[in-house]
Amino acid sequence: MLSLSPKKLPAADLAPAQLEQGISPWRDAWHRLKRNKLAVFGGITLIVLVLACGLGPFFSPYGYEQTNLDNTFAKPGSSHWMGTDQLGRDLFTRLLYGGRISITVGLVATFVALTIGVSYGAVAGFFGGKLDAFMMRIVDILYALPFTIFVILLMVFFGKNIFLLFFAIGAVEWLTMARIVRGQIMSLKKMEYVEAARSLGFGTRRIIFRHMIPNILGPVIVYTTLTIPGVMMLEAFLSFLGLGVQAPMSSWGVLIKDGAEKMEEYPWLLIFPGTVFSLTLFSLNFLGDGLRDALDVRSAKD
Amino acid sequence: MFRFIARRFLQTIPVLLVLITASFLMLRLVPGGPFDSEKATTPEIKRNLEAYYGFDQPLHKQFFTYLGNIVLHGDLGRSTKYSNRTVNEIIADKFPVSLELGAWSLLIALTIGLSAGILAAVYKNMWADYVTSGIVMTGICVPTFVLGPILVLVCAIHFGWFSASGWYVWQDRVLPALTLGIVYAAYIARLTRGGMLEVLGQDYIRTARAKGASETRVILRHALRGGLLPVVAFLGPAIAGIITGSFVIETIFQIPGLGREFVNSAFNRDRTLVLGTVMLYAVLIIGLNLVVDVVQVWLNPKLKFE
Repeated sequence: MLSLSPKKLPAADLAPAQLEQGISPWRDAWHRLKRNKLAVFGGITLIVLVLACGLGPFFSPYGYEQTNLDNTFAKPGSSHWMGTDQLGRDLFTRLLYGGRISITVGLVATFVALTIGVSYGAVAGFFGGKLDAFMMRIVDILYALPFTIFVILLMVFFGKNIFLLFFAIGAVEWLTMARIVRGQIMSLKKMEYVEAARSLGFGTRRIIFRHMIPNILGPVIVYTTLTIPGVMMLEAFLSFLGLGVQAPMSSWGVLIKDGAEKMEEYPWLLIFPGTVFSLTLFSLNFLGDGLRDALDVRSAKD
Repeated sequence: MFRFIARRFLQTIPVLLVLITASFLMLRLVPGGPFDSEKATTPEIKRNLEAYYGFDQPLHKQFFTYLGNIVLHGDLGRSTKYSNRTVNEIIADKFPVSLELGAWSLLIALTIGLSAGILAAVYKNMWADYVTSGIVMTGICVPTFVLGPILVLVCAIHFGWFSASGWYVWQDRVLPALTLGIVYAAYIARLTRGGMLEVLGQDYIRTARAKGASETRVILRHALRGGLLPVVAFLGPAIAGIITGSFVIETIFQIPGLGREFVNSAFNRDRTLVLGTVMLYAVLIIGLNLVVDVVQVWLNPKLKFE
């Protein structure tokens, strides 16, 4: 069963009698999250956005690359809710398609960062000693490097491939996760249940992945929620420089870039994608902060 | 203190060496050389060009020549795109612009961030606090490449207060520096507020008040030093972020700085210019991180032993 370490929640919340009555710390956290209006707003907005981007394009009468040169730069109206761009493409449809790409990049790249960060941090924290010192020294060094510059170089030299984008971003964003997980694992290492698992003869790999990692899910979930906006920002940043997603595909970064070029005459081309993108980042940040408060996690980040 | 600085300084040397080797190898091993995009390169011309730049030599020889030239003469080589210019000349030409932009942004970030953070901590849960959290959320959630164009739309095109692009007069500086600085102002405000709130609850603040120090003195003299610690720690990442952020800002506002030149040189596969710029940025970031570490230890000597 999942439970947070006692250090994270006051002992009273975790009294065995209460656990037997079925109020798990997770349910407790869920109640606290529901009371946080901004987090609920963020969560609902995200669900709506994901559904709209996932299903919306099926209901749109326009294709995302369908051009109409007789109707370029149409103002927002009843036939084109958000107007059209320089090739007469429907901005609303492109926004939904772009959302699919941006959200996918956000999730996949975060997953890559999560996998690297959790495994690395868990190994360093569990074994400690010289190995830990060496591994964390590497993290320190990587922290000091201008990593965004490397992502730019990778994207330029190895072609603007979307799979490379996932891994390039994931490879940059795992450092903080590794630090958080290491700290948590170090404090869990001395707990009795780990000793119990070891005395039962379980292997190290099993103890780390089956017994310890489930117990650090709280901080990991919180930090993951806060990593997604960072990743989406980096994707948009690269797309803005012309290094991310390539035409005719679009992402929110690409739409913002296109909109910024035309904003003097056709401001809606910038305002709609910019607003939707910022709204997504707002929602993710609110939800992440809400989760942090609900799970009572002291993030190592700030 | 001197030993601490010396040790930290020596630690940066292997980091730089690893970085220079990795970047050098990466730029040499990737597909597509600097002369592939030229329209009329016969194999013969290409060979001559490669000989001119020394690219026909064995890899390790190229590397040691490059390293030797940097260490002995501070010479970063010759641009492969603009064959009549050296990388040093291009950097000397473009870098001051980026440096000025970065300095203004950092100044704006510190001014807005610190004042908003202190006000928010002192007037906790009052309007100043709410205004600050507004700035914080905007700064964190509205990316520079959205904020920049919107500021141009409103402040330059609509009201005509400042200019939308260029880098000649002071009106050109305002919007780029503000756009680049506001994100870091947001983080600094958040950190200052948190740090100040923690310090303001300490016993020595109560003692200072009991001794009759004025509220201004308590806040600016007694609390600020401790409250600033998290901000100083954040300055390292902030400086790195301002440097990379300048790529986008210089593109939006058409500023002739090194950031835009770096992105262009990467597109042009201008090996030597890319490598030189990466080196400069790396030295800058690592060097400033060192300064930040020293300032941190100076503010909080306990850190020296960690």
